[in-house]
Amino acid sequence: MSRAGYVPLGERVAAGAEPLSRILWRFPPYRWCVTLLQRMGFTGRSAVIAIPYLWLLLFFLVPFAFVLKISLAEALIARPPYSSLFEWTEEAYLVIKMNVANYQFLIEDDLYWTAYLNSAKVALISTFFCLVIGYPMAYGMARADPSWRNVLLLLVILPFWTSFLLRVYAWIGILKNNGIINNILMGLGIIDEPIVMMQTNFAVYLGIVYSYLPFMILPLYANLERLDRTLLEAAADLGCRPIKAFVYITLPLSLPGIIAGSLLVFIPAVGEFVIPALLGGPDTLMIGRVLWDEFFANRDWPVASAVAIAILLLLVVPIVIFQRFQAHEAGA
Amino acid sequence: MAQSTRATPAQEPWNDPHAQPYIRIENVTKKFGAFVAVNNVSLNIYQNEFFCLLGGSGCGKSTLLRMLAGFDSPTSGKIYIDGTDMEGTAPYDRPVNMMFQSYALFPHMTVESNIAFGLKQDRISKTQTTQRVQDILELVQLSPFAQRRPHQLSGGQRQRVALARALVKQPKLLLLDEPLAALDKKLREETQFELVNIQEQTGVTFMVVTHDQEEAMTLSSRIGVMNAGEIVQTGTPTEIYEYPGSRFVADFIGSVNIFEGRITEDEADHVRIDSEEAGCSLYIDHGVTTTSGAKVWFAVRPEKIAISRDKSDADENCTSGTVQEIAYMGDLSIYHVELESGKRVRVTMPNLVRGVSDAITWDEQVYLSWRPSSGVVLMA
Repeated sequence: MSRAGYVPLGERVAAGAEPLSRILWRFPPYRWCVTLLQRMGFTGRSAVIAIPYLWLLLFFLVPFAFVLKISLAEALIARPPYSSLFEWTEEAYLVIKMNVANYQFLIEDDLYWTAYLNSAKVALISTFFCLVIGYPMAYGMARADPSWRNVLLLLVILPFWTSFLLRVYAWIGILKNNGIINNILMGLGIIDEPIVMMQTNFAVYLGIVYSYLPFMILPLYANLERLDRTLLEAAADLGCRPIKAFVYITLPLSLPGIIAGSLLVFIPAVGEFVIPALLGGPDTLMIGRVLWDEFFANRDWPVASAVAIAILLLLVVPIVIFQRFQAHEAGA
Repeated sequence: MAQSTRATPAQEPWNDPHAQPYIRIENVTKKFGAFVAVNNVSLNIYQNEFFCLLGGSGCGKSTLLRMLAGFDSPTSGKIYIDGTDMEGTAPYDRPVNMMFQSYALFPHMTVESNIAFGLKQDRISKTQTTQRVQDILELVQLSPFAQRRPHQLSGGQRQRVALARALVKQPKLLLLDEPLAALDKKLREETQFELVNIQEQTGVTFMVVTHDQEEAMTLSSRIGVMNAGEIVQTGTPTEIYEYPGSRFVADFIGSVNIFEGRITEDEADHVRIDSEEAGCSLYIDHGVTTTSGAKVWFAVRPEKIAISRDKSDADENCTSGTVQEIAYMGDLSIYHVELESGKRVRVTMPNLVRGVSDAITWDEQVYLSWRPSSGVVLMA
């Protein structure tokens, strides 16, 4: 084979060159390993697929099992601060003690319900505002001159280069009573007293919308950029004005982007802890904060774990809906 | 001048000085920056015509179509449709519909709602919409597929949905951008005749853009050949093929042999040309308006040249050479003959009988001849 130029593998094999796998096959240890794995049902393909599954198992399912276990334990003043699930008695019995009281407690105590509902409400309203603000931005980016698109995309991603915590703290500096906004407004003589913005629901919404806006814009942009523009020309050609064409063509076709973006905002926003803790007031009751308080203030790990499991179950519902929707879109 | 066989004078409004053109394109120019996509094009299209814009890629034919649809506006010049100046009229207000090359079917709608989309915009009543959609589905033979989505259809079916969607609004002018380009050869040939039938049944004026000369010949009542933003020649398929006005047109439509020469005799009813390239004196039975001694070109189609081993009696329109290549195409054979001047001539012969044992073969000395009426003299 000549060295100049690339020769596709197929041709090299046809020309008598050996692929790497065949060279390796001559070494017995390799051959034994591969044969053994193949007998067990593993092939090269399943090895590739196994990596993400292994990752999920190690970093999601195993920790989840721990949390589930703790949520079924009793709180103790000990180290660790909960009872163990399995116990060997002296008569060699394996005793499994499951304490459902934590879940009962969640249902009976109003605090948790209110926190859940409030979290869902805050997340829902924030998602709505992210959509209302993010859609026109994504649309504008998708319609911008191609040479500008990457610059605009960079601008959307740029905030991620700064720590999330730092950016939330920056909002405190902007919103507080002697912060930038109030100082400017008072300096201009528009107001006499500072407007209270910190530790209000407004600040929480602002923080969440600001922080999660990119998660709304990116999937929407990816969707809108792919939209075939001749479809809009076809609509115009058939007598459809631009606004109606948007409603009948662009909007329905961008629905997958809207759903993906909304879930990417809604799901983390429900469990959001940092923003309500830093920007919100004492009356901003969100499930993430309740969780934090149970863990670190009350040191009641079992109840905290039960709260975590409950959040997860509540979030699984919209995720499953999304999956169904995607499967439907793919199969339609 | 030979006329197209199917046309009668009443069907040839372009030859009638009193006929009113339905679509009038007047000195239209379109520039993109410094690039002139369409250069001072004037064109009249008559009602019920099936007009074809033919040209290579980048010749400006699609730009002209987009200007008619209203997606682009001319840099200068005017477009009139049924007597109305279209300047400043948005695409959604024009009595024009377009069938896109990519079909541009709405992927989230069924075939039925794709077709009904245009009628919905016109606020046509529900019952009438349903009726018209049903009728057009029948016309394009897609009734059983009304509830399918575009991606559940084959390429040919999609093409017909796109046609139906554009036709259902009964536009004054239907624009078709490379309507058959995405279909395979067999389907394309069937669809060509289907398109002509549909055009005759609906009576809508069609304007097709294509780069495929065969398609243009089959479909159209008239062809406008475009090159570099200009219309080089307009005429019926027969006129364009048999009486090309320039070497470009002669070469673009079908294949042709072109010999360079000088006029030696120029009378009203005939011309004599001395051509070194052809290796003989050429006698053509039509006159041209030029001076004696001017440089001209003689074009003759491959199927109009006779190939034989025997020299014909005439001195004119007869030359000799050796066979360089033979290509057997089944229905006909193509011979490449090299003349003494080095010029290669393409000759086609229909294969009238099977398995001729003493057929002309490679490296044989042959004589080529043609009639005085077989070729044309081209000035450019």
